[in-house]
Amino acid sequence: MSEQYFVAGRHGPRRGFVERLAGDLVAVFDHALDAEASSGRRGLLQGLDPRCKLVAILALILCAVLTRSLTVLAALFLLAVALGLASGISPARLARQVWLGVLLFTGLIALPAIVLVPGAPLWQLPWLHWSVTLPGLRSAAFLVGRAETAATFALLLVLTTPWMHVLKAMRALGVPVVMVAILGMTHRYLFVFLQTALQMFEARQSRIVAPLAGAQRRRMVTAAVGVLLARTFQLSADVHLAMVARGYRGEVHLLDDFRARRRDWAALSFALALPAAILWSQR
Amino acid sequence: MSDDVFELADVAYRYQDKPALDGVSLRIRKGDRVALLGANGSGKSTLLRLLDALYFPAGGELKAFGVPVTEAALADDAINFAFRRRVGLVFQNPDVQLFNPTVFDELAFGPLQLGWPKERILAEIDGMLDRFALRPLKDRAPHRLSGGEKKRVALASVLIMAPEVVLLDEPTASLDPESQAEVIRFLLESKGSGRTIVTATHDLDIVEDIADSVVVLADGRVAAVGAPGEILDDAELLKRTRLAHAHWHHHADGAVHAHLHSHRHHHDHHDGPGPRLISGKG
Repeated sequence: MSEQYFVAGRHGPRRGFVERLAGDLVAVFDHALDAEASSGRRGLLQGLDPRCKLVAILALILCAVLTRSLTVLAALFLLAVALGLASGISPARLARQVWLGVLLFTGLIALPAIVLVPGAPLWQLPWLHWSVTLPGLRSAAFLVGRAETAATFALLLVLTTPWMHVLKAMRALGVPVVMVAILGMTHRYLFVFLQTALQMFEARQSRIVAPLAGAQRRRMVTAAVGVLLARTFQLSADVHLAMVARGYRGEVHLLDDFRARRRDWAALSFALALPAAILWSQR
Repeated sequence: MSDDVFELADVAYRYQDKPALDGVSLRIRKGDRVALLGANGSGKSTLLRLLDALYFPAGGELKAFGVPVTEAALADDAINFAFRRRVGLVFQNPDVQLFNPTVFDELAFGPLQLGWPKERILAEIDGMLDRFALRPLKDRAPHRLSGGEKKRVALASVLIMAPEVVLLDEPTASLDPESQAEVIRFLLESKGSGRTIVTATHDLDIVEDIADSVVVLADGRVAAVGAPGEILDDAELLKRTRLAHAHWHHHADGAVHAHLHSHRHHHDHHDGPGPRLISGKG
């Protein structure tokens, strides 16, 4: 076996399964760090009171879900993009972090609707001879459009608000302490889980000297999932104990006191009036 | 009023069916600097978690400040608040302890739980940033710091709450020499401050510096209690509790020696009853 084999691998620079997995895990950490960083930058949404922002975004998401007009849905989507731009979040970033993923998942779900929903046929798919209908296309467009718009608004909230502020805003709006505590823990444990997974796969990667066959890879992943779960439980329990040791009782306390100013109320009024007007006009 | 901080009478703890501590009886008084010595798995960390009321005894009785520590008692917000204000634990693994997005948030977490006023919290954070040389790291994510930096943040995040009792789990483990020295400096500074310090360690090098009394644990039981000098001089005890090991080293003249290595004694000869000459001249 040549030295080059160890350096470049038998198939040249192509990354193996374990390398890709480790790389993806690192990317998740980078996304999270980036989200924290963007929430601290100056921008339209960053400057709003988290409570007002939370209510406003929920109202806009609700409007996107309830509207029966594709034009309104498109307008809401454009509003989300505009809010993103005004907050320093580019459409390219939204596309990377939300649009492509949502399109893939909801697109798969919506795809059958274009031929299954009855209506006047627009054209026939070659070979399969299935007819694409206008109501089918509308139905698929609604599903994808609603998911994309709602996810974009949700991402804007997360990218422009520190996570602890989101939790505190939820408490301020009367969300029960148990639910907020569970969300806080889930967020923290997700990172514990990812960190443990990353360390496990890096350790594994360091001991792999040749590409693994498909069956070996599947066996490795199955075994890793079990070990990962047990380790994560242990680590998560320790993280919780460390929080309890410093007085944590489920309540979120922050140094920043929320103070709604005139522009916060203006933004909230706009965000509540817009959906109300849209939904009222569609009665 | 009693000076007892912790009083343990025949305390037992088990993880499911596996006993971790058994028949542990101890008394720790205000201002004591105690080292819990023991090999890996001897029950040091479990004992610290019991002292911090994170675990509760499965048998026997544990009292803190004269009051029994039970799950039911700590469920009461007022008792829990009073206990957490007085006792702080620095975990062995700083990654477990550092869960906030920035170092600043990490330092603020404990005082915020204690409901301190904002001005006091900011002033205390300012002091800690200087004391532990953390100011350049203030806005960094804790999980991106080096091991020594993480340990400093973990220590500062507990000390900022000004606890009367500080419990430290392997504070110098996996640290570079400079970071180790910083932790030891803090422990030395605590001498005579009235603060009670309980340090779990198996690093015999630091025991005489950081403790006035030593509790040796082995297999979940108290194997010995005494002054640091007394414990560290007992080679048989250290060997039995897996705290000392055979050590081989080379001398300048080419001789290779094996002797019991407890990190305490240095010898200046090649012969005699202690060291055994393996090869070369004695």
